[in-house]
Amino acid sequence: MLYNPPSPLETKVLTRRFGLPNSAAVDTYLATDGYKAFKKALEMKPDAIIEEVKVSNLRGRGGAGFPAGMKWSFVPRNSPKPKYIVVNADESEPGTCKDRLLMENDPHQLIEGMLIAGLAVDAHAGYIYVRGEYRYLIEILDKAIAEAYDKGYLGKNLQGSNFSFDAYTHSGAGAYECGEESALLESLEGKRGIPRIRPPFPAVVGAFQCPTILNNVETYCAVPPILRDGGAAFAALGVPKAGGTKLTCLTGHVNKPGVYELPLGFPVDRMINEVGGGIRGGKKLKAFIPGGSSCPVLTAAECEGLTMDYDAMAKKKTMLGSGGVVIMDEDTCMVKVALRIMRFYAHESCGWCIPCREGTTWIRKILTRFHDGMGRKDDINLLGDLAKNMLGRTFCPLGDAAALPTISIVEKFREEFEAHLDGKPCPYEKELVTA
Amino acid sequence: MTFSPELEAKFARLLTSYPPGRQRSAMVPMLLYAQDEIGSITQELVEEVARRVGVTPMQVEEVLSYYSMLHRKPLGKYHVQICTNISCLLTGGEQLWQRACGKLGIGHKEATADGQISLEEVECIGACSWAPALQVNYDFHHKVTPEQLDQLLDSLRKTH
Amino acid sequence: MPNSVKFTINDRQLEAPAGTLVIEAAKRNGIEIPSFCYYEGLALQAACRMCLVEIEKAPKLMVACTTPVAEGMVVRTESEPVRQARKYMLEFLLSNHPLDCPVCDKGGECELQDMAFRYGVGESRFTEQKIHVDEKQWSPVVFYDMPRCILCFRCVRICNEGMGVNALGVINRGAVSEIAPNHGDHLECDECGMCIDICPVGALTSGTYRYKTRPWEMEHTGTICTHCSNGCKTTLGVRNDQIIRGNNRDRSGINGEFLCVKGRYGFDFQDHPDRLQSPLVRLDGKLEPVSWSKALEVVVQKFQEVKGRSGTVGVIGSNHTTNEENYYLQKFARQVLATNNIDHHRTGDVVTLVDAVSGSPAALATTRDLYEKKAILVIGADLALEQPFLSFQIRANYRHHQAHVYVVTAKPVREDNYAAAFLRAEPGAELSAVESLRDKLKGEPELVILYGDAMKGGAVRKLAAFGASLGIPVQYVPLVDYSNSRGAADMGLTPELLPGYKPLGLTGMTVAEMLAAEDLDLLWVVGANPLKNAKLQAKKAFVVVQEMFLTETAQIADVVLPAASAYEKNGTVTNVCGEVQRLQKAAQTMGAKPDLEIIGLIAKEMGVAREMGPWVPDKVFDEIRRTVRGYDIPVEAIMTGGAAQTMPVNGRIPIEVRVDSIRSAHDNLFTSGTLGRYSKMLNSVLEKRLNRE
Repeated sequence: MLYNPPSPLETKVLTRRFGLPNSAAVDTYLATDGYKAFKKALEMKPDAIIEEVKVSNLRGRGGAGFPAGMKWSFVPRNSPKPKYIVVNADESEPGTCKDRLLMENDPHQLIEGMLIAGLAVDAHAGYIYVRGEYRYLIEILDKAIAEAYDKGYLGKNLQGSNFSFDAYTHSGAGAYECGEESALLESLEGKRGIPRIRPPFPAVVGAFQCPTILNNVETYCAVPPILRDGGAAFAALGVPKAGGTKLTCLTGHVNKPGVYELPLGFPVDRMINEVGGGIRGGKKLKAFIPGGSSCPVLTAAECEGLTMDYDAMAKKKTMLGSGGVVIMDEDTCMVKVALRIMRFYAHESCGWCIPCREGTTWIRKILTRFHDGMGRKDDINLLGDLAKNMLGRTFCPLGDAAALPTISIVEKFREEFEAHLDGKPCPYEKELVTA
Repeated sequence: MTFSPELEAKFARLLTSYPPGRQRSAMVPMLLYAQDEIGSITQELVEEVARRVGVTPMQVEEVLSYYSMLHRKPLGKYHVQICTNISCLLTGGEQLWQRACGKLGIGHKEATADGQISLEEVECIGACSWAPALQVNYDFHHKVTPEQLDQLLDSLRKTH
Repeated sequence: MPNSVKFTINDRQLEAPAGTLVIEAAKRNGIEIPSFCYYEGLALQAACRMCLVEIEKAPKLMVACTTPVAEGMVVRTESEPVRQARKYMLEFLLSNHPLDCPVCDKGGECELQDMAFRYGVGESRFTEQKIHVDEKQWSPVVFYDMPRCILCFRCVRICNEGMGVNALGVINRGAVSEIAPNHGDHLECDECGMCIDICPVGALTSGTYRYKTRPWEMEHTGTICTHCSNGCKTTLGVRNDQIIRGNNRDRSGINGEFLCVKGRYGFDFQDHPDRLQSPLVRLDGKLEPVSWSKALEVVVQKFQEVKGRSGTVGVIGSNHTTNEENYYLQKFARQVLATNNIDHHRTGDVVTLVDAVSGSPAALATTRDLYEKKAILVIGADLALEQPFLSFQIRANYRHHQAHVYVVTAKPVREDNYAAAFLRAEPGAELSAVESLRDKLKGEPELVILYGDAMKGGAVRKLAAFGASLGIPVQYVPLVDYSNSRGAADMGLTPELLPGYKPLGLTGMTVAEMLAAEDLDLLWVVGANPLKNAKLQAKKAFVVVQEMFLTETAQIADVVLPAASAYEKNGTVTNVCGEVQRLQKAAQTMGAKPDLEIIGLIAKEMGVAREMGPWVPDKVFDEIRRTVRGYDIPVEAIMTGGAAQTMPVNGRIPIEVRVDSIRSAHDNLFTSGTLGRYSKMLNSVLEKRLNRE
């Protein structure tokens, strides 16, 4: 089901079946061009499939934005080892709730995306790694998988071809770190979700030590439309270096929070004010996170003229990320925000490497003390310093994910930290209570 | 150890879902599904799962202690998980959390004396656009108001 | 160099084989890149982030422990960004690390302390509350202090990879991650203590050593472990003639840093309260303490009396005494007492093998061969329990070189876990099982065969014939029990063979025959306890015993002479692979004398000192080198703490081996004959295990 009404400003490609009666059923899917792209791909050479994905300018939707076609081309197709398709459905970046909708409302689109990826790299099995909290999706996905077997879209000799493919769901059990691709693969093997040393990358040594394509749910879901309507058509929806649409999760202080499919390059102010219906209570925008809590925070001023795409965000020294947009109004305590974000990363740090394990905990402790009115002036610089000492030095990107928002908040909202000094109570606490 | 036929069927399916010799992959889902049935992860369960997937009990312990949804201590019949992460924080998640603690007289990862309800302050559960959100066991509750929280907790207390 | 690449580190032009890790390439060229988690020979972790270095064109600092060198790579290990990163990595590390260095066992030899001193900041900016978890005791020897743990995972890897025991794991996550033992609150393992030794900080401490001393208060002496036959070097930490610690942290010797529970903790017999410190002479039926001169007088008088009337003499030597002592003892027996009734407890058939492979100088494997050769066949031995270092070598060979390991044993053994093939065969049925492996073994480029005491006499001859028929280079290790079992055989502590396996053409009495001979007039036992499970039939025999403890044999003696332990003397011993190494005196016990000195003093008192030669270890060893086949080994190698292999294979040995007198005691990791009975630590570990069962 849908949890928010759609917006007329959306460009519905991946979400086009959302809202149809029984949208998750295979019959609905087949009646709306479902599995056509797969049939088309069956007639194509693997290189041509990869080329089409490259033409589409599809970039990974999990957060890092790596070009999907290029990632697929790294898989050694002629390796004697089996190859695997793994779906990262461990959606746990704070602010992000889009993959959930794609799986709930249109699971066959995901399965079709996996099948096409399988054709592209000669893989015959795929695993959907679903975060443990999304248990109900396992049931929906298992049902869709059973339907696909029934209809000859999973199993042996699919649609009369000599291509066979099996799909499985796999449940996580609560660990943000397992959204990191190599940690996810470890977790899939029944181990602690500790990232692997890379290289080798999953394309070469992935699931079960075999070559693997590992993409986000949304990335796979974009593949059927790309094959069906052509990579160029998909690319044209977006901006030059990033094709297509992006499922954007508007969260925080907007009037109409919700998940909306917007073309890449959509202006931020229109997104907030037209799609999101403006800031709640007519308040002013204070801060903006473009794609999940790992991204550096932008000020209202920085959002002026900004568009939702990878390069535009990079120019502002932040990231498009996962599509988890967090909108904070003028009454938001940024110390509290920094604390809550760091609490999360300290909780989720796997503990493998020193800077992340110790850095996140230390910063969390300082911020807790600070927010409780026991901050010292030196702490402000120390916070930024510690975050910088983590940045780029940790075993996996979680350290950066924790450091970047901290650095940006300390730098951009320093006066809010100063307002907490000298035992003063949090100046925003009252507003928060009544929010 | 004996499990319900449904759980055994799930285990059987899991153990054949992975490439040959990779039964260890089934460990985490097995633990989670078994926890749902038993209420917590007991030592007996650890040893049983270890035996079934072909690892040592310590290897199971290493894994289960890593994942935040796997619990060694019994949870309440209704495990209420309230998110206070960023999007929920901005929309009143913390107030929901404090309200629930106050109302039930229990704290983080604690259960009511009758074992009916347990509470956990959780990290992002993926309901950010419909915040503040919580989960009762695996069921999502979106855009929860304080009044709705009260009603929910009351209904959970009554349901036996 | 083939496949080599050129690169620079700190502006020095260097070259290394492709694939070499930056940290290793640097080390080989004398450039130190600090690290905690990187440990040569163990799996890579990239966890501690101490080895971050600057590599040109890389967008950020790179870890030297997982980055291989590449052609044209430009590395800087001491630039400002690198120093800054190191400094603040240490700051992170110290944030939750308790600064209890003044009472920490590791203080003074702690890698974290050293790094903080060299690379760290002088003060801490951390003012929050540290994480505290109470210390836990996991076994009689292993304690874990979680707050001190820096999570480098060395302990987990040495246990899992190095020992094959898998007793340690990691639980929880994030800042509260900790190391955990395999059985909830306690360890069930080999108790080897490798985890403690490899710990860079004081997180894992040892039950025998904790809070006893500061490391700089000890003197450190590298000597050879006196327990099993593997000949590991153990470095004894000694304070005031008390041995406080055993380890091999400098990784010298054939064993590198490997030590088992016995080599690491089994030294405490040395200061056991039951240690004999005065000679004892039987007066009115009771053993009474007397002076050394009085005791020697009694011994010499009896020796001369029995010699004068050509009485029957029996001499039993030891598996633990040095080559020099054994050589000197057999010389004394044969030349002064004019008897060939000399023997020792034989634990494996070396003689048949040495005869069967005679003329093939490379037929005896070294401990190094077990790590390097492509294929290994283990017959009838539980190496992990009885020959722990050999087991360690083979495991490392499998891990590092993917060696093919074949196992033929009666019961499951640890080697099964990674064996290319393992077969179960009852004692006596090993050869047919080995025969069934013929095709597989023929396909190997080379092979090392180890066999236990189930194989002796004809079976060894057949095994050697089998080996010869494979058409590939085959080497052997005849397994024996104790620290100088091999040396005892080499030195002619046998009634039918002179030193170097020189056939005598006749035979004296074996141990069993001596004990059974009713007309025995004199029994001289040096460092052995033959009466532990046997009776002496000759009621009138005068018994002289040189011992550390009042053993079953010493209890019936007429004279007991207190002997020094192996840790209290110099000399050489020969391990199971024929590797000769030097003992170094580490401590002394008042009143006790080395057996060599005791025998020398007896010789002096008997007036045969000139004939016997000086009782100085080096002088005796000179004589051994000149006269004993196989012992003409490079003396420099062993003088400098190394090992040199003896190869007594240049000549046939035309005798019938007395297979009935060969019997291994099958001591396991926690038993060690008499020594084990007097080791508190070994007994406490055993007791714990028995209580659990």
